[in-house]
Amino acid sequence: MSDELRATTLYDEHLSLGARMVPFAGWSMPVQYAGIIEEHRAVRSSAGVFDVGHMAEFRVFGFPAFDFLQRMFTNDLHKIADLGHAQYTLMLDEDGHIIDDLIVYHSGDLEYLIIANAGNRESDFAWLREHAPDDVELVDESDRTALVALQGPEALRVVSELAGPEWTPPARFTLGEATLDTIPALVARTGYTGEDGVEILVGASNAPALWRALLSFAEVTPAGLGARDTLRLEMGYPLYGSDMDRTVDPISAGLGWVVPKAKTGFIGAEAVAHVRETGPARKLVGLFVEGGVPRHGFPVLHAGEEVGKVASGTFSPTLETGIATAYVPADLAVPGTRLEVAIRRNVVPATVVKPPFVTKTSLSA
Amino acid sequence: MAHPSDRKYSKDHEWVSLDGDVATVGISDFAQSQLGDVVFIELPEEGDSVSADEQFGDIESVKSVSELVSPVSGEIVEVNSGLVDTLETVNTDPHGAGWMIKVRVSDAGELDELLTAEEYDAFITEG
Repeated sequence: MSDELRATTLYDEHLSLGARMVPFAGWSMPVQYAGIIEEHRAVRSSAGVFDVGHMAEFRVFGFPAFDFLQRMFTNDLHKIADLGHAQYTLMLDEDGHIIDDLIVYHSGDLEYLIIANAGNRESDFAWLREHAPDDVELVDESDRTALVALQGPEALRVVSELAGPEWTPPARFTLGEATLDTIPALVARTGYTGEDGVEILVGASNAPALWRALLSFAEVTPAGLGARDTLRLEMGYPLYGSDMDRTVDPISAGLGWVVPKAKTGFIGAEAVAHVRETGPARKLVGLFVEGGVPRHGFPVLHAGEEVGKVASGTFSPTLETGIATAYVPADLAVPGTRLEVAIRRNVVPATVVKPPFVTKTSLSA
Repeated sequence: MAHPSDRKYSKDHEWVSLDGDVATVGISDFAQSQLGDVVFIELPEEGDSVSADEQFGDIESVKSVSELVSPVSGEIVEVNSGLVDTLETVNTDPHGAGWMIKVRVSDAGELDELLTAEEYDAFITEG
């Protein structure tokens, strides 16, 4: 049986732009067009557009929807009681380990829209299906949904122009309908870059028209998964599969803020409470790395002894230095602690920092 | 950018240009375009010896690390240490200011085994 890669409806657009395509989570995706650093800087200074159509979208509808998702997710859905509001949340197993991180949008009356990682689409859906009551509607909308992210200081101006003078942009972490150049869309003011911007959902067949409309603006540059990774890591945003997986609980991963202490009754609650009580043995920290580019799996040392491995690592185009995350013993997880990273034949200095690594973006005050 | 015919090329995508018994070595335009924006380079020191087909350093882009492999054997007499502060030169001028090391070759005959610009262009098209 052949393992064929899937393609989004923007595949031909990427090829015509000269993108370098790579396999990612079973999809053929653009890693870069003009170059990762150029694309990264375009997002920080103007606007970049990303095809994230590989991601999963699930819709949950029905009277039991709230109670169902309140049980499946760590964050408190009461916080998004208002229609259109969204929150970042985690889905745990009974051991308190992370199945996925995702964003849930209160998209309608009795209805929630979930955007989840591409690599976890099948397993997330199966897990939700396994726990769903009979009288809730749970639909995998991914195949008929395209998702395009427009991020950067110019992003809101561009999408507002496409949406027309009658449209008001949604507030941060909310979503609303828009008609973009005649295309019906849902526009969510969320993102994974640390810049202001939107994530736009349209019917899959309308993605090329939307993509071209966005690129018709001189301020907008096509950006690939390479820049997406350097942008999110500069912000300290975790990447599932790199910073957390099924072996890690939210407290160790530094995601306790997504698991409000007062909330009980969700899958994994007891396990998380236990970790909070005893304290995690290891914690995910940020590292500034001098003199080399840290990469996933490189050893992290303290006083010459290996204490962990790099989880996420890259070169920061904004800071022009190496940045990384790593799980280290809790007593070393203190900002300012001097560690080292082994980069092939060399050992280079690293300093523990609390992310974000980059603090001045169009989103910060 | 075409690959200039005034030098030889290796299958590891380095170029070498001989002047007397000193060979200048860098990476080809094809190599830099495959690599992407250079963010880090590790070069040897003057006085180090290198052997043909052996690694003399590393070059990195955001997404990848590549070995720098010497096309010739000999002693390193000069290193382009300024490159570390202007890494983009490797991308913009790989055949000129992006040179990396100069080697006093122990056997100039090693260059006979390398590819001409024409042969190299054919090699990268087939590969």
